Amino acid sequence: MKSVKKVGKHVIFYAALLGIWALLAKLKIWPSYVFPAPLGVLQSLRDGFADHSFWIGIGVSMKRIIVGYALSIVLGMVLGLGVASNKFLEETMGGLLVSLQSLPSICWLPLAVLWFGLTEKAILFVVVMGSLLSITIAMEDGRTQMPKIYRMAGRNLGASGLKLFWYVLLPASLPFILSGLKQGWAFAWRSLISGEMIFVSLGLGQLLMTGRDLNDMSLVIAVMILIVVIGFIVDGLIFRTLEKRLQYKWGLTSAT
Amino acid sequence: MTVNSRNAFTPETRKVQLRVDAGGRWKAGAAPTIAPLRVNPTDTAKVSLKGISLQYKTGNGSRLLALDDINLKVSPGEFLCIVGPSGCGKSTLLHLIAGLHQPSMGTVLVDDHLVDGPGTDRILIFQELGLFPWLKVGENIEFGMKMKGVPKSERRERVQHHLRLVHLSKFKDSYIHQLSGGMRQRVALARALATEPDVLLMDEPFAALDAQTRDLLHDELERIWAETGCTIIFVTHNVREAIRLGDRVALLTFRPGRVKREYAVNLPRPRHLEDPSVALAAREILDDLREEINKSIAAEYEGVQA
Repeated sequence: MKSVKKVGKHVIFYAALLGIWALLAKLKIWPSYVFPAPLGVLQSLRDGFADHSFWIGIGVSMKRIIVGYALSIVLGMVLGLGVASNKFLEETMGGLLVSLQSLPSICWLPLAVLWFGLTEKAILFVVVMGSLLSITIAMEDGRTQMPKIYRMAGRNLGASGLKLFWYVLLPASLPFILSGLKQGWAFAWRSLISGEMIFVSLGLGQLLMTGRDLNDMSLVIAVMILIVVIGFIVDGLIFRTLEKRLQYKWGLTSAT
Repeated sequence: MTVNSRNAFTPETRKVQLRVDAGGRWKAGAAPTIAPLRVNPTDTAKVSLKGISLQYKTGNGSRLLALDDINLKVSPGEFLCIVGPSGCGKSTLLHLIAGLHQPSMGTVLVDDHLVDGPGTDRILIFQELGLFPWLKVGENIEFGMKMKGVPKSERRERVQHHLRLVHLSKFKDSYIHQLSGGMRQRVALARALATEPDVLLMDEPFAALDAQTRDLLHDELERIWAETGCTIIFVTHNVREAIRLGDRVALLTFRPGRVKREYAVNLPRPRHLEDPSVALAAREILDDLREEINKSIAAEYEGVQA
């Protein structure tokens, strides 16, 4: 009953939004290449998928984000745990990391182009720089916030070295890391799209630029919708599920 | 080291008969049938602490002597209880035996081998238990064996066995937060026993439980001790509990922790917390303990004022 009501609210909201959009387009205040009608955008979506350019864009972008995000996690883990386990680094580099986080990832773009040229590597670099800091900080937090008892219990039961890390420290700190991982993913996704705009790179960001070059506003909006939907799906399917599983295991959910 | 020799205590006699009284409190089938091996304490020691001292830096930089020249010998199969006021370092002592920390001075020997790190021959049950919330009950029990590299089929079998031992077979696939306090205690016990330790170290394990659950767990612990024949070092602040369970009770002083006295408990088993003989024996120790408790309260009070 509750969910039906919720779905109803959403339907009403989006119907109204589309209605206003369609109405504004119909009034022809702006030319259609500046302000396209919903149907035009729908047509662009259909065309994009029909000529496979959207599929290719999604595929290329997803491949990049997976590689970049994985790199960020590995590097962030090393950096974060390193910082957390060294008092000197924690006091000095900890502050630097937090202040660097305020730097928009797009700022790394000129540097990336100078170092790597207009290549895959430059895009990956921007993605990694975009998400690395939040993941590093999350790892650092996870390491310090994790209750010490789990580490002792693990050592007591014969875990040491890599086994201790993999079977005890990592799962024990996951609840404290997860929100940082999620934030890191969101940053990585944004950085990727901006990075892809710099040269002919086949990704979703490049499709946006194609729309601009062709004065095709419906294409631009169609790609924007794609970017939002993919972000929503990854957040909802992967991170929400992970969060719910964690909450269930650790007993953090309120009884329903 | 002085040994109290009045009333129920006899110096250095640790021959405790394990028996079931007719109509006693043992549940059918739960009675101890095997008495643990008793060895004269002068022969070999399972665990021996030689001149253990521990000093550490406190938050404000001053040095605190937590333990001072602790000498204790624990025989194989013995049930030793350590009592003392809070802050006497009794938990720390267990951590040292477990190898989680190193003493500033002195040595911990287990089977005449120097302890220089954690090992599954000595398993500590923490006061906060430290059960892993991301693992199911069965997986928690399996953990130590997995770390040791016990093959999977054998692990599964032993998990079942230990679940039965602590009466939790139905809860193999539950998560820790779904269990009651007493059940969590039993999981911790099963997890510790599953690695088949020679020495079980228990840090005030039953302090947070209600009286009925605690009584039940006393019985179960005594039964498991009898069945496995392991050596138990049990820390508590509850003197009656110490008398109820221990072959011997060691009393630690308040900061720095020293062994103030050792008492041999020569009461027949099974005992019960409410037995007059237990209460009487407890009073002996309590008189000695009270002095230390007063010191600890005074120190705490000063701490508040400062």
